[in-house]
Amino acid sequence: MTHSTVTLIELGAVFFGLGFLGRLAGRIGLSPIPLYLLGGLFFGNGGFVELGGLTEFSEIASEIGVILLLLMLGLEYSAKELVTGMRQSWMAGILDIVLNFSPGAFVALMLGWGPVGALVMGGITYISSSGIIAKVLTDLGRLGNRETPVILSLLVFEDLAMAVYLPILTTVLAGVSFAGGLQAVGISLLVVTIVLVVALRYGKALSTVIDSEDQEVFLLTLFGAALLVAGIAAAMQVSAAVGAFLVGIAISGTTAQNASRVLEPLRDLFAAMFFVVFGLNTDPASIPPVLDWALVLVVATTVTKIATGWWAARRQGIGRPGRARTGAALVARGEFSIVIAGLALASGAVDPELAALATTYVLLMAVLGPIITRFAEQLLKPRRVRPVPPAANRNTHSG
Amino acid sequence: MHVEETPLPGIGIRKDIVTGGGRRIGIVSQRDGHTELIISRRDDPDACLASIPLTSDEAATLGNLLGSPQLIAQLREDHRDLPGVNTRQFLVNPGSPFDGHKLGDTRMRTKSGVSLVAVMRAGQVQPSPTPDFTLKGGDLLVAVGTADGLDIAAEILQHG
Repeated sequence: MTHSTVTLIELGAVFFGLGFLGRLAGRIGLSPIPLYLLGGLFFGNGGFVELGGLTEFSEIASEIGVILLLLMLGLEYSAKELVTGMRQSWMAGILDIVLNFSPGAFVALMLGWGPVGALVMGGITYISSSGIIAKVLTDLGRLGNRETPVILSLLVFEDLAMAVYLPILTTVLAGVSFAGGLQAVGISLLVVTIVLVVALRYGKALSTVIDSEDQEVFLLTLFGAALLVAGIAAAMQVSAAVGAFLVGIAISGTTAQNASRVLEPLRDLFAAMFFVVFGLNTDPASIPPVLDWALVLVVATTVTKIATGWWAARRQGIGRPGRARTGAALVARGEFSIVIAGLALASGAVDPELAALATTYVLLMAVLGPIITRFAEQLLKPRRVRPVPPAANRNTHSG
Repeated sequence: MHVEETPLPGIGIRKDIVTGGGRRIGIVSQRDGHTELIISRRDDPDACLASIPLTSDEAATLGNLLGSPQLIAQLREDHRDLPGVNTRQFLVNPGSPFDGHKLGDTRMRTKSGVSLVAVMRAGQVQPSPTPDFTLKGGDLLVAVGTADGLDIAAEILQHG
């Protein structure tokens, strides 16, 4: 068999397997991400079957997967939503960073991974999975709840924080000095601000350039523009992912909705590949040594996310059950934690054990998050003390 | 009436009102065009008792059902001094013989003597529809006529 034949067969087997896992995930009401990771762990490096023919394709495919994940994230929110979201939730957003970045950073330092490892692990434990959370809220019929805008605007804030964090991460991983890191922060803040202003003012004009009636032309222009900007951003050391994210933000209105629609299948394909490749490159044998630390992080960051949500919801005048729902909804971590870990590992600047810790952590959190979200209210009920109105008042009480 | 509009970043918009009884009721319009009817829970006003997905036809029909009683009541009031004049509403079922046909095709006035004074669609009132007005499933017709005429009109709409 020629090399490409082997690749085709292996690739086919992998996607077919992923389809099966996705179906299983749907059946038991789980996000497919942890199953994709498990699938990747099962094969590949240290797993049961080595997939040698995949390396060339999978490398570029998983990079495209990251670009599409970030592009779709940018498309999800318009520049206006980002700005109003940031205005409404900046205090809660900062609390979110402080409470949820620290546990990861602390554990990384404890494990002797140094400041770079701390920056990476902090990011991994900070960023909630907007994909998992939006799906869970929709499935549980909670879109009409009063606390839902609180959750969503925190997610918006986190996404903006990502736009600043990723360029910093990229420069630090590239081994630039502290001054260089500061410069990267300055540049990324400036670029994000410029893109937001341009998108607010000239979003329509930008969208017209990309837009086309013809689906095929539209897809090619859009995909091409995203890869071009991502590539140029990477060449300028700003991180390809952020370039794609900014393209997503700059596109607005109906163009953005159409773009999400045409890109969704591509994103699903390449992002699945990205998760598998991440799992493939993680040696399952490296998981048991970090399992205790992963569990510590799971417990700590579940508590800190719930605290963040509780505080944010209380500020908006939401009652106790709603505060519990807000906190619990934010617990899920997923795709973006893996994106951060993937960037760190690709650079080779962090301990390979970090991959094992990140995989284990995300596996647990992606499963735990939706479960906690579903049962948050029941957990709270025994503690909830409500004054019972006198029986005589009951009939007239119409609240 | 104050309608509270709350943007849901990445999802759409929530529009709701607070009823006299303190219940929140409204809709969530998702960007992909889906609409959900939401009703708040009595013991927890932040949460929703139900979140019911509606197709655009269903939403329009519901809007008509909620809006039309006021219109009918007002017409009844106007005709109170004219004995024998009745007001009634008819729903054009999706798939009815006149779904997608012009109002003139029903020949309702000729056959029953009944006048259509208004058509309600998607919560909007179309007063005095002309014969070339095209009917759609979910439309609510407001008709004025004698009791017998209205019975005939109902028969026409149902069976053609």
